[in-house]
Amino acid sequence: MMYPYVLLIPLIPLAVFLLLGLFNQKIKPEVSGYIGVGGLLISTILAAITAFEYFITTGKVDGAYEPYVFKTVWMHFSETLHIDMGYLLDPISVMMLIVVSVVSLMVHIYSRGYMKGDQGYTKFFAFLSLFSFSMYGLVLATNLFQIYIFWELVGVSSYLLIGYYYTKESAVAAAKKAFIVTRFADLGFLIGILIIGYYTGTYDFEMLTDPEGSAILSWATTSFMGLSVLTWGLILIFIGGAGKSAMFPLHIWLPDAMEGPTPVSALIHAATMVVAGIYLVARLFPMYYFVEDGFALQVVAYVGAFSALFAALIAITQNDIKRVLAYSTMSQLGYMMLGLGVSGYEGAEGLGYMASMFHLFTHAMFKALLFLCAGSVIHAVHSNYLKDMGSLRKYMPVTHITFLVAALAISGIPPFSGFFSKDEILVAAFEQNKLIYVVGVVVAALTAFYMFRIYFGIFWGKTPGYEKTPHESPTSMTVPLIILALLSAGAGFIPFSEYVTADRMGFEAHLNYPLALIASAVGIIGIAAAWIFYKKENPLPDRMANSLGKLYIWTYHKFYIDEIYLFVTKKILFKRISGPFAKFDKKYVDGTMVGIGNSTVSTSEKIKGIQSGKVQDYALAFIAGAVILGILFIYLWK
Amino acid sequence: MDINYFLLMRQEIVLLAIALFLLATEVFVPKNKKESLIHLAILLFAVHTLLGFFFNKTGELFGGMFRTTELIDLFKTILNIAVLLVLLQATDWIKDKVLRDNRGVEFFVLLFSSLLGMYFLVSAGDFLMMYLGIELSTLPVAALAAYEIAKRTSSEAGIKLIFSAALASGITLFGISMIYATNGSIFFDDISTTLEASNLTILGLVLMTAGLGFKISLVPFHFWTADVYEGSPISIASYLSVVSKGAAVFILLILLFSVFDPLMEIWRPMIYTIAVATMFLGNLFALRQQNMKRFLAFSSIAQAGFILLGIIAGTPTGMATVIYFVLIYIFSNLAAFGVVQAIDVKTGKERINDYEGLYRTNPKLSLVMMLALFSLAGIPPVAGFFGKFFLFTAAASEGFYFLVFLGVVNVTISLYYYLLVIRAMFLRKSENPIPYFKSGSYIRIALVLCVLGILALGIYSPVYEYINELSLAF
Repeated sequence: MMYPYVLLIPLIPLAVFLLLGLFNQKIKPEVSGYIGVGGLLISTILAAITAFEYFITTGKVDGAYEPYVFKTVWMHFSETLHIDMGYLLDPISVMMLIVVSVVSLMVHIYSRGYMKGDQGYTKFFAFLSLFSFSMYGLVLATNLFQIYIFWELVGVSSYLLIGYYYTKESAVAAAKKAFIVTRFADLGFLIGILIIGYYTGTYDFEMLTDPEGSAILSWATTSFMGLSVLTWGLILIFIGGAGKSAMFPLHIWLPDAMEGPTPVSALIHAATMVVAGIYLVARLFPMYYFVEDGFALQVVAYVGAFSALFAALIAITQNDIKRVLAYSTMSQLGYMMLGLGVSGYEGAEGLGYMASMFHLFTHAMFKALLFLCAGSVIHAVHSNYLKDMGSLRKYMPVTHITFLVAALAISGIPPFSGFFSKDEILVAAFEQNKLIYVVGVVVAALTAFYMFRIYFGIFWGKTPGYEKTPHESPTSMTVPLIILALLSAGAGFIPFSEYVTADRMGFEAHLNYPLALIASAVGIIGIAAAWIFYKKENPLPDRMANSLGKLYIWTYHKFYIDEIYLFVTKKILFKRISGPFAKFDKKYVDGTMVGIGNSTVSTSEKIKGIQSGKVQDYALAFIAGAVILGILFIYLWK
Repeated sequence: MDINYFLLMRQEIVLLAIALFLLATEVFVPKNKKESLIHLAILLFAVHTLLGFFFNKTGELFGGMFRTTELIDLFKTILNIAVLLVLLQATDWIKDKVLRDNRGVEFFVLLFSSLLGMYFLVSAGDFLMMYLGIELSTLPVAALAAYEIAKRTSSEAGIKLIFSAALASGITLFGISMIYATNGSIFFDDISTTLEASNLTILGLVLMTAGLGFKISLVPFHFWTADVYEGSPISIASYLSVVSKGAAVFILLILLFSVFDPLMEIWRPMIYTIAVATMFLGNLFALRQQNMKRFLAFSSIAQAGFILLGIIAGTPTGMATVIYFVLIYIFSNLAAFGVVQAIDVKTGKERINDYEGLYRTNPKLSLVMMLALFSLAGIPPVAGFFGKFFLFTAAASEGFYFLVFLGVVNVTISLYYYLLVIRAMFLRKSENPIPYFKSGSYIRIALVLCVLGILALGIYSPVYEYINELSLAF
């Protein structure tokens, strides 16, 4: 057994959860914070050791990163079909270990400050640990069955965390919505698992993803409604992934889930749980690619591209900063799906795969940072809305700078990390599918625009009458911000393509200068547009205007251009395109889901009368039932 | 005649002896010492349950009317475990409500008689023994349902149960007579060799399934369930929902898999229809219930629908998954009923609204309830998930994909109403929550056992493998 300490990585948070959960009342809040952070710190160190050993010292055999599997047979059905428990180390799982550890550790540290004085402080840390445990288990799973178990555990723990403010009706509703919508998607996942297990005879990832293995080669043997059954299975599994990763039309829970505490949003809805769907597709990538010439992968690509565009358009109009970030997350997740969707398998053809994983990594850092910054801002002004914010750069310098770094990273401005990962995705899309490439570029511009819209809205512009002067957050909150900012700025320089690739061989990626230029140009255009509108949209007080003199006049002249821009965006883009999209989302996508729920409840109400309480009615139903069944089956048999 | 003959019937003999012994002892126990009888009964039954694990024998008695195998012994042991848990949970109620009226021991004697009936039911080798088993297992329960004579609803429950049961057993008997008419025998082994599809045999099959469907609470034979559960003492409701249901499922398995095996092409669509109706109706009714007992009644109907998914597979794997599911269901459902009972005995509250804020006052009870409901809803990694997953696998492996799809849809619906209770306990505040209380030690033992079962049965795989092995040998 190599890497024996890997087992400890999930088990330590589990132990912390049990400790904090069982002795909830007996542990002092401060102590529980230290226990939570300490436990995760150990896990993080172990994850780092694992990554070092795997990527640098022992993992590479003959030029390829061989997966390392430790497992024990847990339930035995037949020679090939059995359920194992264990852990699987390969480039993506080791990478995810790092992502989960780093973000979770930062969120733990941050929460010590953010949740201070909250009644359920200990409970909060217990839930956080439970979540970390589940997420580690999901990442390390060796087979479909094991991943499903942890998949659901992740769902349960996120339910508890979203509903954490249980006195708030909307938080409770959001928690329930998130749980039920994702469970609804998991319905597809479960049936997909059953289909794949039955037709390939295995749940094991190693056997399923071997390109020359019998599992993949068997796709041509059975078909259903014109497609291979395996394709159906993969599409169903993708539905499960789409639920967790908030792909259209299963995304409706994500914006509502922002009701949870902000550190939770950073952990779950930015960096870890929502990427589980991406991870799942990446995990089964050879199946998606080889089965029926990648039909299911096409579905992934288009759903991803559409979600990316859809969410980016909505993000422009939102005024709650956490909702902007939520839609932004959905949009970036769409980007990752799209990256997987346009990827090939061997060597440099697997650029999309590698880029998608790369983007997952960088996005985790800068999106977690954005959420934590938003939390810091909300902590200071006690509001989620842009109208209550402005000019905060003067009061919160650390938050301001770190937010700016994250915003530059997500906008794809070199040399920040988002530039590299986004650029690779666009290159991969350009080579495979021009339509998707165009969508990607448009989304890149929109991303820069809405991100800087809220950046200017929060840190520049007007100074609303603050009741109390906002102040910078305590050190426990700013330290994670700084660490994540450093990572967001620098992560782009990791030579990702040597470590994480579809065929695990590694290749050398080069910047494609023309495309990189286009990508960063649209990012800069987006930022510039946001700058023109929002930095000055709320004219500073007159005194400021007068003292600035020439600058003021200059702004005045620009105002004319603003009007045109305003007309184009507000009248055309917002009203005609973005508005209807948001409406469509609210009315039909959301409405359909609500409708399904309501009709179930009303049916239940209608049939209540059958249960009358009279024994004679029951006897009648009994005999009628028996007679009908009898007649029916005698008739059927004939 | 040697000791082996007695060992074949050892479970029946020991249980009967315990019942008679209790009946006789009561006479000599002074009125103020009656409480000791509870300890005695539980001790004896616990020993009996333990003994059930040993001295397994395979063989037949009375010319094949009574038979036992390792699998049938396992059935009995599963029922024993369930009854033991029910007894442990009932102690506080017996002490508080029943002993005061000087009527403690009948409870045990009636319950044991009913269990004895179930032993005969699962050990039956012919229809006569099976019928006697059904009757013996039902009649004492009707008396138990009406046990709280002061309560009108309790008598109502008793009356409703006995009327419905009479109808059901009449119909079963009618079905048996048709099978006898066409085959000239009432022995299972004889019939399975000569049985052919004809109007009469199909009608016989349907009527017999209807009779057993009454005990399992399958739609449309389920109507008595909610009223009886609501009216009768909680111990009896939980007994009906796990023990009675479990025994009927076991005999249905034996009948469909051996006697009616030649008619498989006919009973499969029949089970299909009933399964779909049962899952949907059970779930839809459960959605709007306000009373915990009624809520659990409908949830148990829906669970019965899931059981049919394993039966429909018609394979040894299907059989193993059904038994495994029933075992898990016993622990999950009894955990839920146990909490309801603990609260009811101390406070008399049994509405879902009353549970609001329970986590703040009684965190342990609410955690047990949460685990139980998660297990019933089939959320991993608790055992209920594995039970359901295996049922679905069994049905899917025989090609019933659409049925599995409907099953999964129903799991999702059921999640909604199970979450309602969890929400009430954890996420809601109440002006007037149930105050903190401490239950009797027996109840606590029972709940701990249930929790252990819920946590361990899914993860500890030898249990499933053992059941699977026995089913393959069936």
